[in-house]
Amino acid sequence: MTADPLLSVRSLSVDFWSYGRRSQVLRDVSLDVPAHRHVALVGESGCGKSVTMRAIMGILAAPPARIASGAILFDGRDLLRLSAREREALRGTAMAMVFQDPMTSLNPVFTIGDQMGAILRYADRRLGRARSRRARLARVHEVLTQVRMPDPERIARSFPIMLSGGMRQRVLIAMALLSEPRLLIADEPGAALDVTTQAQILKLLRDLVDDRGLALLMITHNLGVVREAADDVYVMYAGSVVEHGATAELFARPRHPYTRALLDCVPKLSGGATFRGIDGSLPDYSAPPPGCRFAPRCPLAISACSRPPEARRVSADHYAACWRLEDAA
Amino acid sequence: MSAAVAGESAPRISTAYQNWRRFSRNPTAVIGSAIVVIVLAAALLAPLIAPYPDHVGAVVNFRARHLPPSARYWFGTDNVGRDIFTRVLFGYRISLLLAAVVLGAAVPLGATLGLVAGYFGGWAEIVIMRLTDVALAIPPLVMALAVTAVLTPSLVHAMLAIAALWWTWHTRLIFSITRTLRTQEFVEAARTLGASPFHILFRELLPNCASAILVKTSLDFGFVILIGAALSYLGLGVQPPAPDLGTMVANGADFLPDRWWESLLPGAAILFVALGFNLLGDGLRDLFDVESVR
Amino acid sequence: MEFLYFLIRRALWSALVLIGLSIVIFTIARVMPGDPARLAMGPRASQEQVDDLRRKMGLDRPLVEQYQHFIVGLSRGDLGLSFLTKRPVNDDIAETFAATFELVLSTITLAFLVGIPLGVVAAANKDGWIDNLVRLIAIFGAVTPSFLLALLLQVFAGYVLHVLPTTGRFSPDAPIPHSVTGLLTIDTLIAGNFAGFADAFKHLLLPSLALSAATVGQIARITRSSMIDVAKQDYIEAARAFGVPGRVRMFKYMLRPAFVPPLTILGLEFASLLGNAFVVELVFSWPGMASYGVRSILQKDLNAVMGVVMISGLFFVLVNLTIDVLVGVVDPRVRIRGERA
Repeated sequence: MTADPLLSVRSLSVDFWSYGRRSQVLRDVSLDVPAHRHVALVGESGCGKSVTMRAIMGILAAPPARIASGAILFDGRDLLRLSAREREALRGTAMAMVFQDPMTSLNPVFTIGDQMGAILRYADRRLGRARSRRARLARVHEVLTQVRMPDPERIARSFPIMLSGGMRQRVLIAMALLSEPRLLIADEPGAALDVTTQAQILKLLRDLVDDRGLALLMITHNLGVVREAADDVYVMYAGSVVEHGATAELFARPRHPYTRALLDCVPKLSGGATFRGIDGSLPDYSAPPPGCRFAPRCPLAISACSRPPEARRVSADHYAACWRLEDAA
Repeated sequence: MSAAVAGESAPRISTAYQNWRRFSRNPTAVIGSAIVVIVLAAALLAPLIAPYPDHVGAVVNFRARHLPPSARYWFGTDNVGRDIFTRVLFGYRISLLLAAVVLGAAVPLGATLGLVAGYFGGWAEIVIMRLTDVALAIPPLVMALAVTAVLTPSLVHAMLAIAALWWTWHTRLIFSITRTLRTQEFVEAARTLGASPFHILFRELLPNCASAILVKTSLDFGFVILIGAALSYLGLGVQPPAPDLGTMVANGADFLPDRWWESLLPGAAILFVALGFNLLGDGLRDLFDVESVR
Repeated sequence: MEFLYFLIRRALWSALVLIGLSIVIFTIARVMPGDPARLAMGPRASQEQVDDLRRKMGLDRPLVEQYQHFIVGLSRGDLGLSFLTKRPVNDDIAETFAATFELVLSTITLAFLVGIPLGVVAAANKDGWIDNLVRLIAIFGAVTPSFLLALLLQVFAGYVLHVLPTTGRFSPDAPIPHSVTGLLTIDTLIAGNFAGFADAFKHLLLPSLALSAATVGQIARITRSSMIDVAKQDYIEAARAFGVPGRVRMFKYMLRPAFVPPLTILGLEFASLLGNAFVVELVFSWPGMASYGVRSILQKDLNAVMGVVMISGLFFVLVNLTIDVLVGVVDPRVRIRGERA
């Protein structure tokens, strides 16, 4: 693990401009996704995880959004310095995304085989590979088998409407695997499905990481899933990473007040009957508090919190951004 | 974020006023209403402002035949010397009257049938909707032609013919709205409170359709006027010497292209009023955000 | 399989509509006040002549029997005898229907060929000047009386510019094509008669333009909103994330799903289109069903009128069935679920 991580986001800040007002949607976000690791990016709705994901993939809506500063290193190259063409060349080839909602993420009027074949064709073109139609179809079948779809020939001939939600989700994963990407970003995998199916999907992803050495970045709001599946976890709040580390360690010893509150919210089978939420709400991104964005809601806030906290080391692979780490034991 | 602080109450702006402001910001709506107002005024005030009010009837003025537009005759004169501008003004009266009567009959009928079909479902729905299917398969113009042929051509018969088909559009529209509404809770609530079907239909469901009806009716004014004009162009609507816009276009068409004003200016007048209602309807549609109205 | 059931249901619906139509038109023609025989003969004919005609036309029979006769005739494709020409209405209409069909077909083709690209461009250029221009075109297309537009086109293209012929279907001196489909443009092409084709095409152009004005605008508008809706869908963003190039996304991935609403609209609008065809045919002296119909109406030839209305209804119903099939071809969701979205 001494090599540089495959994906390294360094101090990324993104602004959204609307009606002349600037909202600082991401502030100084840094995260690393090495190969062979399953990294989870966790946070409540609106915390900026989708923006991060889209910034990495390069599909942010450019006019309202603007990358204010930072770098996204993929295999050593800063993606933000590449042209749109070069970035497009990477999509679907070296890096791929698995979309959240299997019901709406497949084009309803084309067969699975058509859609996957098209993706493969354009990917091949960018990679300078020539493949016949037959070969493409063979590859499509091969990938469908990899995601454990029974009868891949029939699936390829089907339209999305003929498949169940779980099957469609697998198709989405298969689509991402077509050109053997090295980085996979999964957006709430299985969130739209029932628990059992979701577990199967997660297992599938896990196997892909282990067997093929993929770097997997999973976006989710579901702590249970994180705990079960991820190797490392980054906790985001209001556009910044507040804590990150190895999953087991972080869950056992959460240090940031937000992380602790978050874990408290999850009802435990053993614990009492109280449901706890976190008082207050996300800040207004166009007029955020100076310094730590969780301060207004934080029980441990002090005057020092008006300065943005840096990520401070808690242990070997555990960092939290809080001025009061010592007191949060 | 919200500026309201506990203890202070923000001033309440009435919805009507908000709607008015949005409406007046919308260029199509403003232009449309302006045109409609102009036409309405022209029609209402015709007897007062028309330069040659007697040219409406069977007047002949052979010395002033086929005169191009001038300061004396703003739109020129037709083949028997009548002032076209005057006749256009009075022609607007006929067109607007036609549209008002047709829609005045068709809209309430159509809306009621739509409400009944949508709310009660079952046999009512089947019968009513099959009926609208049949009616929609007939080109309105053809139907109007057939009816006015069997009965003698006149304004009344033309109106009858058009109204006989027009209610179907409204029935369709109201039906689809009602069908989605009837499953909503406020309908259930009213029912459990013992409201009569009449009350539910007209006091609960109908107001929810109001904006769609308003939009469609504005658009319809324009379309009905166009069909009425087409009918009279074919000679099956209002009979001469009455100053109907469509008839004027037909009469003037013989003298194209030299004496273009005789048919093109009345034609432009038809376009003008249809444009006004179309823009108005569009503007209202933008205002109410109604999507399903054609 | 579901799709087949869907089509069968639609076919039944069509039959129902036609039956309902026949009742309506029969009622109008026979039940309305006025004596059809007297109407046809005119006020100056003697009572004897009128009675004679009445007997010949079977108008003295009870209404129910008349209707039965009518329906039976319809099912055999027999539309009765014209009061005026005493020939079967079928023959009269058959002569003229091809002309109307050609006009309507070319109008629809023109409307789609122009309307769909306009809509796509408007959507791509949302709120830009092209979008507003398209909107303007759509509005003026909808509000311009068809007869006015027809007259204007005649004046400009015909008289002022002397570019195109203004009446009829083909010039008297042009080589007359051998009739295969009855559609002059197709027939001349099939026969390799290019001079004839050019002539027929030139004659077809102005009437089609006049007739298509309203429809082009509507199709453009609905394509525009449909494209905008599709562009917002997740699967388009997914395609982008998978590196599918923008052009492919637009023309293949967005256009196909967006194609369905314009088709559906055409089905709904077709009745109006036919109605406008009547007016346009008259302005251009196009020898179609419309002129026949209007003449019959003016001469109170009620059997002919009924015939024209029934054929119009049939045309409408068939067009809608065709559209149902096309929608099924384009959108597999309709095909599989067996119902219209």
